[in-house]
Formats: sequence, C-alpha cells, structure tokens
Amino acid sequence: MFKLWISIKKDIRILLRDKVGISLMFVMPIILVVVVTGIQNSTFQLVNKNKLSIIICNTDTGKASKQLIEAIDKIGMFKVSQIAKENAKAVSDNMHTTDALLGVVIPSNFSAEVNTKAKNASDKAMTAFSGQADSGAAIVKRQPVSIDQLTLFYNPVLQESLRFSIQGAIQSALQLVQTRQTLRTLYYSSNEKELPKSLEDEMLNSNTTINMLPTSKDGTRITPNASQHNVPAWTIFAMFFVIMSLGGSVVREKVSGSFIRLKTLPTNYLVGLLSKQITYLVVTLLQAAVIFSMGIWLFPYLGLPALNLPSDLFALFVVTLVCGWCAVSYSICVGVFANTQEQANGFGAISIVILACIGGLMVPSFAMQGLAKTMANFSPMHWCLQAYYSLFLEGAKLKDVLNNIGSLFIITVIIQFVTYLGLKRKNLI
Amino acid sequence: MEVTPPLAVSIEHMGFRYPDNTDVSFADLNLQIIKGTRFGLFGPNGAGKTTLMNLMTGVLSVNEGSIKLLGQEAGTQNKEVNKLFGFVPQDFSFYKELSPAENLEFFGAWAGLNKAEIIKRTDELLHILGLEDVRNKPVEKFSGGMKRRVNLAIGVIHNPQVLFLDEPTVGVDVQTRQAIISYLHTLNDNGTTLIYTSHQLSEAEDLCEQIAMIDEGKIITQGHIDDLLKEHKHDSLEELFINLTGKAYRN
Repeated sequence: MFKLWISIKKDIRILLRDKVGISLMFVMPIILVVVVTGIQNSTFQLVNKNKLSIIICNTDTGKASKQLIEAIDKIGMFKVSQIAKENAKAVSDNMHTTDALLGVVIPSNFSAEVNTKAKNASDKAMTAFSGQADSGAAIVKRQPVSIDQLTLFYNPVLQESLRFSIQGAIQSALQLVQTRQTLRTLYYSSNEKELPKSLEDEMLNSNTTINMLPTSKDGTRITPNASQHNVPAWTIFAMFFVIMSLGGSVVREKVSGSFIRLKTLPTNYLVGLLSKQITYLVVTLLQAAVIFSMGIWLFPYLGLPALNLPSDLFALFVVTLVCGWCAVSYSICVGVFANTQEQANGFGAISIVILACIGGLMVPSFAMQGLAKTMANFSPMHWCLQAYYSLFLEGAKLKDVLNNIGSLFIITVIIQFVTYLGLKRKNLI
Repeated sequence: MEVTPPLAVSIEHMGFRYPDNTDVSFADLNLQIIKGTRFGLFGPNGAGKTTLMNLMTGVLSVNEGSIKLLGQEAGTQNKEVNKLFGFVPQDFSFYKELSPAENLEFFGAWAGLNKAEIIKRTDELLHILGLEDVRNKPVEKFSGGMKRRVNLAIGVIHNPQVLFLDEPTVGVDVQTRQAIISYLHTLNDNGTTLIYTSHQLSEAEDLCEQIAMIDEGKIITQGHIDDLLKEHKHDSLEELFINLTGKAYRN
C-alpha cells in the first residue's frame, strides 16, 4: 500500500505540474459543453418558442384563401407575412432576403375550387339523406374537382422531422377551410339560409385537445431541455478526453529512461498502472462534478436552462464511476500499445470521436439503423449515455440502469484484459 | 585447493538476439565478476556494452544460458534479485517534473524502502552529492551535471550490493566527474561491487581494478588492468583499446 500511495502522490504531482494537460482535461470540455448546449438551446427555442417566419403569396381573390391565411396564422407556430400576388415567382428570392424559412403560394383558382368541391360533397350528401343513393339516375354527375397544388417552399436547414410537422400543420389548416365551406354549403342546401356562426364554431372547434406530458420513471414532470440532453452527453466525452493526458503519460514513461529503471526495481509495473488508474479516476469524477456544477449554477447566468440532477444521486455516482474507470482503462490501453506520444494523442483523439459518433453522442442511437445500431453496442459511451439519459430524463433509479452499468463494466474488463496482454507482449510486466 | 571468490555476476553460455536482428547479439558469452571489485566494461560504439548491462540488470531477457547476480537468476520476473542491485542508466532515468527529493521518495519506495529509510537516505544522498539547496526544485531546470548526480542518487538510494553504472559521467564538468568518482570509491570501500562502462578510459584507469573489453558481442580480453597492460606491452588503457579494437569508425 505504501508503494501505491507514493506512486499516486507522484502521479498527482506530475499531473498538477502539467498545465496543458489539465486545461485539455477541464477547460476544453467545459467550453465544449457550454458551446454545444448553447447552440442546441437556440435550436430548441427556434422550434419550441420562436415562431417560424412564413411568406404567403395569395394569387387567389376569393374568401377561402383568406380563411386559409387566417387558419395558418391561428396555428401559432408561424409568423405570417404576405407579398403581392404579382411576386409569386419570386417567393424563394423573398425568403432569402427576409430570412424567412417558409414560403407558400396559394393558386389563383383556390377559392373557386374549394367552393366546387364543397358543392359536390353537399350534393352527394343531400342525395344520400333523401334515400336516393342507390338510384344511379339520382346522383348528380359532376366533373372531378382538381385544385391546383398549394406550393410550400422551405429553407433546407429545416430538419425533416420539423418539415413534416409544418406540412401537417398547414394540411390541417387547409382541411379546416374545406370542411367549413362544405358545412356551409350543406346547411344552405338543406335550410336555404346561412349556417349560424355559433353552430359553425361548435361543429368545427369542438375537437378534443391533446395534453402532452413527458413521461418519467419517478413520476416527475420536468420537461427535458438542452442542458438535460447535452451536459450528460458531453460529460462522457470529457471523461474520455483524459486520453490526451493519460495516454501520453503512459507513453512518456515507457519511452523515457525512467521506465528502464522501474523495470530494474523490485516492484511490479502493475502498481504504477493501478496508481494511474486511481489518480485519473479521481480526475474523471472531478470533471463530472465540475461540469454538472456548471450546469446547475452557471448555465442560468449564461441564459441557458439549468441542469436538474437526477433524484437517485447514488446511481449517478455509480454510473459516473464506472464510466470514468472505462475512460481511464481505455486511455492506458492506448498508451500501452502506442510507441510514441504522437501516436497516442492522434489515435486517442480520433478514436474517442468515433466512439462518440457510434455511441450516440452526436446522432441519437434511437435514430440509427442496422449496422450502426449494432455498432453502438460496442461503444462504452453508448451504455453510459443510455444510463445518464435514463437518470436525467426519465427519473430512473439504480436498478433501472444496472443493465447499462453491467455492459459498461464488461467492456472495461475486456479493455483491461487487452492492456494486460499488451504489457505481456511488450515485456513490460 | 583453490578457493573460488564469491561472485557478484556470473554469466554462463549466454546467448541473446534482438527480435529484429538489427543490433548486436551475443553467443555463448561467459564472464565472471568478483564480489566487491570495481569492474569496467569497455568497447567501441555498438560493441554491446549497454545491451550486456541491460541483460545483467534484467531489462532484457537472455535467449540462452544464464546470468546470475549474487547467486540468483537475473531477469524481469525475479523481483527478489532486483533488491540486491542498483542501476544508473546512461539516459536520465527520473521524472523531470519532480524535484530530487520527490524522485528519491518515489524510487526509494519502489526499491522497497519504508518512509523513515527514504527520509534518512534522501537527506544523506542530497548532502553527499551537493543537491541540498535544490532538493525541492524540479529537475528539468537543472544543469547536465546536477541531473547526473540525481541519476546516481536514485541508483544507490537502497544501498545496493552491486551497482551498475552505464557512462555515469558523460557530459559533466571536471568537478562533477571527480565528485562522482570519489563517491563511487566510497561506495566500493563500503563493499558495493561496481560494474561500470565508459568511453573515458583515463577515468576508468582511476576507478577500475578489473576490466573486460568487448567488441561485436564478444569479450576480446579481460583481467586486471595492470596485468593486461603488461601482457600487451602498453602504457595506457587507451593504447590497449586502440590496439585491440582498431582505428576504424564504429556506428
């Protein structure tokens, strides 16, 4: 134990005097977390709080098109501005000059054709009501209605899922206009007077509302925000960033004269590696503590949503501990196999970005398909991220993330075994 | 009946090759170094001195034959034998970010000393080697001579019975060289066997009793310095060296 304690003291001293290494392990990940959370928070706000600007060019002069514009405005997710019908061909140019993300061109026959379609539907309904539906002679023969397409222009930066939401919203506005016109026509055909406004409102607006609630395992209803998503994810990345210091440290010791002396002393080099594991495990825990603290206390001052810690703090500690151990084990493994510091740093940096990609830090793993989804299981970051998301977003307890911790533990043990083989093969132990 | 003196090192039919076969190799090498002696190992560049030193200290493992240190098999897996010897490699073998005291604390612990022994030996060695004033300063800011003294201090912290020194005075000034040589004499007077390599042959004449010259992985001569000079009719070790190894450049 004395040898181990002295070795830990030595590693701490060397680490504290390596200012560049410390900044790489603490300052860089902090900057990364703040920047990425800030950017994603802007995106969240763009989608959730800000209205999407939409330019509408109405080439129709009828009532239905005006009702459509009103309906689009009432949806609440768009900031509507109109341009003159003479500019229909220049909608996309207008979008660029005004930074609008969407543009709609309403065709000139829109109102006329909505009316025709409503009349058709009304006639069929009246025929059906009068019991003459089965009589072929009684059905009024009309030409099929064809409304020119409503054209929707969009800025390519909009994600596909958001585009589908926009399309759905405009489709529902369109449906509302057509349904209203059909109701009015049908009512007039039947009663030869206008549909009362109160009845029209009741028939059109009595839809059942949708109450959207986030689900969680602990029953809380905290809505996830950019901080809840990003801070855990980039904390994992930061922990794996120890490779920049630790991987290089192992190589430096290996290629420097000190390693030759260590080999001639009556102590197994595994003591040295255990010392590094303990020292850098504490570093990874400190990284997590610093980043989580920033999320809780500093983010609100930066205009970002505050991080809410999970209710099961012990589970959070266990997940962080195992993830840190895995990051440290991986760094030592790379250091053992690399022959130069450049190899360790280069391979280390690229490999953790790849592990982050396939682990779902950059693209959510639920959005992955086929081989990518299978490969995610081989990234330790994937299991850690799943555990963190369960804790931070779903209010899970320790028992809910044991599966993730177990997988992470198995990967870590495999990495340790590979390191042992590397040490043996290189005659280092 | 002749009594065999106790041996510090016994090399018997030793064979060694580097895995890539690019460097010097040894075949059927035999060498005995008597305990308590000051033994010099000399040879031109690339002769195999450092390789032989690494084999004796267990940094490298032999392919054939055996190397025994004080009667025990040497090798990386034999940690018991590692307590018996110290090694001062040619390259600076310490953590440059740490001070002399911190380096001695770490290497002392790894050499098997307890806390009290480390403190006592650190104070002694820093005093003897003139490093007391800089005991807490990082070694990376030291001159070459100061680093050589730190390198030596670490090698002897655990009072080894056999001390291997691979060019311990290379690149130092006269004062530091004399201080180091003087300290090595003191160690030997106290019973430590010295096994030393250097290209400073005049220095070797002052320090060593017994020598061996090796070239291309073979021992070309060995014995007491005076006997060898008499046998080959030379006045100095340098003349003997040139006579045995030639004047051609070595890599």
